Amino acid sequence: MNPNQHFAFLDEGSKKEIRRASLKAVAIPGYQVPFASREMPIARGWGTGGLQLTLSLIGKEDVLKVIDQGSDESVNAVSIKKLVQSTTDVELTEQTEAATIIQSRHRIPEIPLTKEQILVLQVPMPEPLRHYEKKEQETKKLHAENEYSGVWLMLFEQIMKFGKTATQADHPVFVNDRYVMAPSPIPRFDNPKLHDSEALILLGAGREKKIYAVPPHTDVASLAFEDYPFTVEDFSGECCHLCGATDVFLDELIDEESGQTIFQCNDTSYCIARLNQQERKEVELADV
Amino acid sequence: MGYVAVKGGTNAIEASIERIKYERIKDMEVVSVETILSSMRLLVDQVMSEASLYSPYLAALAIKQAEGSMEEAVFLLRAHRSTLPRLYYSRTVDPYEMFVERRISASFKDIPGGQLLGATHDYTHRLLDFQLLSETKQDLENWLAQYSAEKLPRATRNEITHYPKVVEYLRAEGLFETYEADNTSPDDVTKYSLQFPASRSERLQILTRGQTGAITSLGYASLRGYGQVHPTVGEVRVGRLPIYVSLENSEMTDPEDDYYLGEIKVTEVESFVPVTKKKNTNEHEIEFEIGYGVCYGQNETKAIAMSILDQCLEHPEESFATHDEEFVLLHVDSVESTGFISHLKLPHYVTFQSKLDSVRRVKQGGTENES
Amino acid sequence: MYEQPILQVKHLNKQFGSGCRHCTNAAQANLIKNYCPKCGTIYACRNVSFDVYPGEILGIVGESGSGKSTVMHCLYFDKEVTAGEVYLHDPEFEGLNLLTISSQKKRYVRNHKYGMVYQNPVKGLKMNFSSIGNIAEKLIAAGNRNVTAMQRIGQDLLETVHIPLFRMKEAPGNFSGGMQQRVQIAKALSNQPPILFLDEVTTGLDLSVQAAVIDLIKLIQRELQISMIVVSHDLAVIRMLADRTLVMLNGEVIEQGLTDQILEDPAHSYTQQLVYSML
Repeated sequence: MNPNQHFAFLDEGSKKEIRRASLKAVAIPGYQVPFASREMPIARGWGTGGLQLTLSLIGKEDVLKVIDQGSDESVNAVSIKKLVQSTTDVELTEQTEAATIIQSRHRIPEIPLTKEQILVLQVPMPEPLRHYEKKEQETKKLHAENEYSGVWLMLFEQIMKFGKTATQADHPVFVNDRYVMAPSPIPRFDNPKLHDSEALILLGAGREKKIYAVPPHTDVASLAFEDYPFTVEDFSGECCHLCGATDVFLDELIDEESGQTIFQCNDTSYCIARLNQQERKEVELADV
Repeated sequence: MGYVAVKGGTNAIEASIERIKYERIKDMEVVSVETILSSMRLLVDQVMSEASLYSPYLAALAIKQAEGSMEEAVFLLRAHRSTLPRLYYSRTVDPYEMFVERRISASFKDIPGGQLLGATHDYTHRLLDFQLLSETKQDLENWLAQYSAEKLPRATRNEITHYPKVVEYLRAEGLFETYEADNTSPDDVTKYSLQFPASRSERLQILTRGQTGAITSLGYASLRGYGQVHPTVGEVRVGRLPIYVSLENSEMTDPEDDYYLGEIKVTEVESFVPVTKKKNTNEHEIEFEIGYGVCYGQNETKAIAMSILDQCLEHPEESFATHDEEFVLLHVDSVESTGFISHLKLPHYVTFQSKLDSVRRVKQGGTENES
Repeated sequence: MYEQPILQVKHLNKQFGSGCRHCTNAAQANLIKNYCPKCGTIYACRNVSFDVYPGEILGIVGESGSGKSTVMHCLYFDKEVTAGEVYLHDPEFEGLNLLTISSQKKRYVRNHKYGMVYQNPVKGLKMNFSSIGNIAEKLIAAGNRNVTAMQRIGQDLLETVHIPLFRMKEAPGNFSGGMQQRVQIAKALSNQPPILFLDEVTTGLDLSVQAAVIDLIKLIQRELQISMIVVSHDLAVIRMLADRTLVMLNGEVIEQGLTDQILEDPAHSYTQQLVYSML
């Protein structure tokens, strides 16, 4: 830890303010709380919202896990971990179960989170209505007036055009029967994990200067019409070529040697944990 | 396998950080912060202005560390700024008290106090000076000796004269409205996030810390026809302003008790913009309004462009993008725009997989309900 | 009529400008038409009161600048009123002045209780969304979440307003003015609001298209029993549509009554002028 730097980089005044915004976010699930986002030593758009949440929450006892696109070893995840550790000396982990704070970009881990854990999601565009209405002043009004026909209309138009909804990642959700919220660009596969979550989920958008939250056991429903139900990415018939997992989000890869399409767990620590377990079993069996 | 491209992060990062250091020092030339400070004045000014932190020394350090990249240097200084506690607000600075180094008006041939050209590139011919290739310290000494003997003004601080504002002359004639001094504290955009509609103090703060290129090009766009402001530069002044801090919780308001912190160099611009106004008597009159621009250091283009945009944003009724405060204020910040553009370099394979899935399902066709 | 009105408008006032001592007093003798020459304040609606009964079409006629469109925009919450009260006979809003409820509630009233057809279709339609999507938007706003059902309702309505179904996925931006107006009417009707506002809906349309739109409005009134307020500068249109009529001039209601009665026996000189010019 760099002795010249304050614990967890931010000065205590800034941390308090970010925590106040987080508390407000928890009190109003799905509502985007504006906050005076600080410039961080990593670039805007690279996770500064998530980083500010992590730094304002973290204490010496915490164990931190950072993932980017499901991977602990991804360069940006490593860079963020390095920064947090150099200013706090907290313990780092790749094991989802061992972490108390998990900062993530674009994924929710496969292993169900617990009430002892906080998931911090990095958010590039917090406003689910932005494609429909470009002005912040207007979208604020739409949220206040509970007027969400615009976002539904976009789904309706997709069905008219394509015969089905064609949303990608960041499929909008309805939180606590009140606010439409951008879940950050997690795949649709992860949307159901937001519902009735054991863990507190905090979302931070540094550049757009918003914090919002899904507190534990909050109702979160992915927007969908009655007769066109919400669907997640389809990996039916495929499994991880390393650990054999099926009910997980898979990365699609091309095997350089055979030229074949293969699939592999996106959540790398989950995959490794499974591989280790399988190995243990094999050893145990061999011992018998 | 190709998959390792974004993995093995720790080692890759270490190697990359070493590599960028290598690129900076491989030719074995050490540029000192002092050299940058004294030879790259305008670059230092620009970095301070966009970083909104007035510290020439740290700006020079940032420039060295960033290998001269504006966006990197600004970023470094901004990030450093985040770690500093903000303890005081200074007393309101009155530009009338400026130690003026340069001051011109485009509106009048002569102005009270006179035009003062000062240091400017405006009338230099932009020809590369190849003599600079062989410039020596001795050359500098000789030139300076002669210059200070013959031309350097002998005025000392004791006989500082303050220059009146050009606008005062016109105000006396009733062409400008006289406003009460508005002593409400400005909204601090670094402490509270910007909400719309923004106050003028918020708009001016965002503009003054805006990226020079962004401010210039939006101001230019407005001037060329994508805006409804036709300014005349009433006054450009460059000079140093003293900064004082008042004692907190002090009963006494005697300015004599304030702490003098030092001085900052700024460029200040007042543009005169004619506007049609409806008077109480229901008659239309043409009056002048002021577009205000100010920024750290000497950066006249930015300050003038800012004065145009300030006036644009005072008139949101015009339907041009340059008059739309969300459009202007949310897109001129260097750290925000460069950060978000550069984040596209981050891996996006999860979101792309999601996109692929969506496109494939649509391609499979059929309008049957998904169930 | 012993029936209870579905909508009551009481003492609606709307002014643009702050007023001055020459024009704010009750006499208001200093105005030129509805305009104060001293301060430039425009008194767009002055003390406008009327009732709308279930299933009736109420016409508001007047020259441009008479305040008739302003009344409608105030009722639809597009403009804020200066003063006045509006009551909706509806279990959810009984006894509440709609002009003072929260903006969230106003939005609810617009989405669930009102339909609006603007003079300019650009204001009422999303020109680059599909026509069926435009109709669905109103249904979605009123709480419908079933695509099949909304599509069916939309198709029925487009048929009613004579838009060929093979064009339903086209954006109204591609349509002629008359077609756009008919899509707008279909949209306004989609959730069968108890009250429908029609602002100069036939202005600027070809005569044959005008006739078709008027027929359509009559048909809707007969079949759906929707109460309507029809604003027009054209007395001929009002004569064909409205059961009762308000005549507005300079922001004030100068005459009101059964349409036939007004046409046969206009009391106010301005109305007389209007009626004679039509003949």
